[in-house]
Amino acid sequence: MEKTKTPILLHKTKQLSEGRHMENLVLHLDNIQKSFGGLRALADVNLHVEEGKTHAIIGPNGAGKSTLLNVCVGRLKPDSGKVTFDGEELTGKKPHEIAQIGVARVFQTPEIFPELSLLDNVMLPALSKRDGSFRFNPHLAMRNQNEIRDEAEHILGDVGLKEQMGMVAGSLSRGDKRRLELSMCLILHPRLLLLDEPTAGMARHDTNATIDLLKKIKERGMTKIIIEHDMHVVFSLADKVSVLARGKIIASGLPEEVREDPLVKEAYLGTAQE
Amino acid sequence: MKQRFLNDTNLLLVFSAAILLMPIWLSPLGAAYPDLLQKFAIYGIFAIGFNILFGLTGYLSFGHAAFLGVGSYAAVWSFKLFTMNVVPAVFFGVIFAGLLAFLIGYISLRRSGIYFSILTLAFAQMSYNLAYSVLTPITNGETGLQLTINDPRWIDSMYITVEEGLPSTNLFGLKMSGYPGFYFCAILLIVCFFISLRIFRSPFGLMLRGIKSNQNRMNYTGLNTKPYMLSAFVISGMFAGLAGSLLAVTDPLAGAERMQWTASGEVVLMTILGGVGTLIGPMLGAGLIKYFENIFSSFNKNLLHEVFSFLPDGVEDVVVQVVSLFVGGGWHLTLGLLFMIVVIFLPGGIVEGFQKFGGVFGYGKNKNSDSSPQNQAAE
Ligand SMILES: Nc1ncnc2c1ncn2[C@@H]1O[C@H](COP(=O)(O)OP(=O)(O)OP(=O)(O)O)[C@@H](O)[C@H]1O
Ligand SMILES: [Mg+2]
Repeated sequence: MEKTKTPILLHKTKQLSEGRHMENLVLHLDNIQKSFGGLRALADVNLHVEEGKTHAIIGPNGAGKSTLLNVCVGRLKPDSGKVTFDGEELTGKKPHEIAQIGVARVFQTPEIFPELSLLDNVMLPALSKRDGSFRFNPHLAMRNQNEIRDEAEHILGDVGLKEQMGMVAGSLSRGDKRRLELSMCLILHPRLLLLDEPTAGMARHDTNATIDLLKKIKERGMTKIIIEHDMHVVFSLADKVSVLARGKIIASGLPEEVREDPLVKEAYLGTAQE
Repeated sequence: MKQRFLNDTNLLLVFSAAILLMPIWLSPLGAAYPDLLQKFAIYGIFAIGFNILFGLTGYLSFGHAAFLGVGSYAAVWSFKLFTMNVVPAVFFGVIFAGLLAFLIGYISLRRSGIYFSILTLAFAQMSYNLAYSVLTPITNGETGLQLTINDPRWIDSMYITVEEGLPSTNLFGLKMSGYPGFYFCAILLIVCFFISLRIFRSPFGLMLRGIKSNQNRMNYTGLNTKPYMLSAFVISGMFAGLAGSLLAVTDPLAGAERMQWTASGEVVLMTILGGVGTLIGPMLGAGLIKYFENIFSSFNKNLLHEVFSFLPDGVEDVVVQVVSLFVGGGWHLTLGLLFMIVVIFLPGGIVEGFQKFGGVFGYGKNKNSDSSPQNQAAE
């Protein structure tokens, strides 16, 4: 039953994207497949993201959204297919190499340094970026920290965590950990930012603050993929929306178009709103 | 920044003073004789180096004795082949330990957690067995490597007229036994402490702590963690090699038993006892364990009878019986109890104890509460 529907949708997808903007596609996911044992988490996913745009991916639980990001950052190797960013193939590269290319990610469960202070948490990525591909120069290693410290403080101010910067990161609330992780990604000045449910666990007020912050970054021309269940966030931020269900992209287009798509309502919004 | 730097300077000064004045302030404790003081300094270096790996990265090596042993062998060979001067001996000890650490680290660091520990343990036991059997031409097997009258000592034989009997180790003529030997070790200990301090405060140290806290996150921020881990491993191996060569400097022989797993375990105990990841903890732990080993083990029943002679005869016998379990050959029992108490009540080691103590009594004049803010900053 699904097999008959999908081709039509894919066809429609193509029309929508090709009709409007063909220029400046930086991220390409081509024919990505990934199975865990017998479970097909990703079945032939194709996704193309335009430079500087925010592309939202929505879909029910277990649809394969996080798996898709895992493939992008090198946490998982796809069974087949390839990921290219700005002309460079990411598949097969190690996570640190992908990060050095300029891809940063906020994880679904915050990946922070729980034992270290917030300031150290934000300074560390900057140091990694600077010295990531091993340079052992003790003299250089001693200098130049003040600039990084200043920037880290500034970014913590942006996400609203500056007062707590001496605190140990492990003691933060779930929402604050997310904001911390976001600032750890921002100090890397990534060209591609992947956000896996960046506002989950946040109070409404903080969610709105995060939306504002992400809008601000958009002005700097950073490309973003955002996975969200919160439709308020999706419709405030996304330039385009793709719907992933059971490992397949079933629809893709402008937010309003996708919202009105009856199949999307059935496949995703219908189940999610129960 | 400036403020903290000053604090570090003070810490270094206090540390140096405490080490250099050990012959004075340790004499009421009966520990102020050169042999033991040398051991304090040497095992302090060993533990400080071990802590750079274990304290900062959280990788627990059970094979550091291999580097200690290699340092000793290299130093003795330097005495045999080249000169009795200790400078080349120390140099070779550090270099060879570093090379071995590179090799063992390169392979062991492919795994983490318990598997890493077991790999290092396996390598160290392998080194021990090699030294004991296969490599006998180099290590002189069971007997251990010793100086002999017939050693070539090429450099010495060119400049120094041969004396009767075995020559002694020296630093450009200054004999490295007794107090000069201790001060030589003590100065190297202070240098090592300084290096460790700088590593703890540097971005390199922070990165190692990041790896300990969340290695995945370090990777996803663009850090290739492998070479950093390997450098930490090699640096700590070189500290161990230095300690090993100093053991040979103060007593020029090297045996395979120095590489045995018990020696690897000892440095783990020292570090945990003193406080993992703190700056002065490992030194305290090393001092304490060597003190127990040397002082407690020398207590015998006669001495105990003297100590408890004020008690009535019957009671005295009982008390001496009980106490003698914990001293002499039983000093391990005391150490075991102490270790259990520390691990259960002070998981941060003795340093944590001092911090709590300092918190209760305010910051007093003694050096321990003086240095505790430093250690907090280090964690
Ligand atoms: N490492 C793994 N090993 C085995 N199965 C996995 C693994 N990672 C994901 N899966 C499975 O793949 C499917 C897709 O998981 P994924 O985490 O990508 O979903 P998701 O769309 O992110 O869902 P959610 O909205 O709950 O985060 C799920 O059925 C999940 O159980
Ligand atoms: Mg997910």
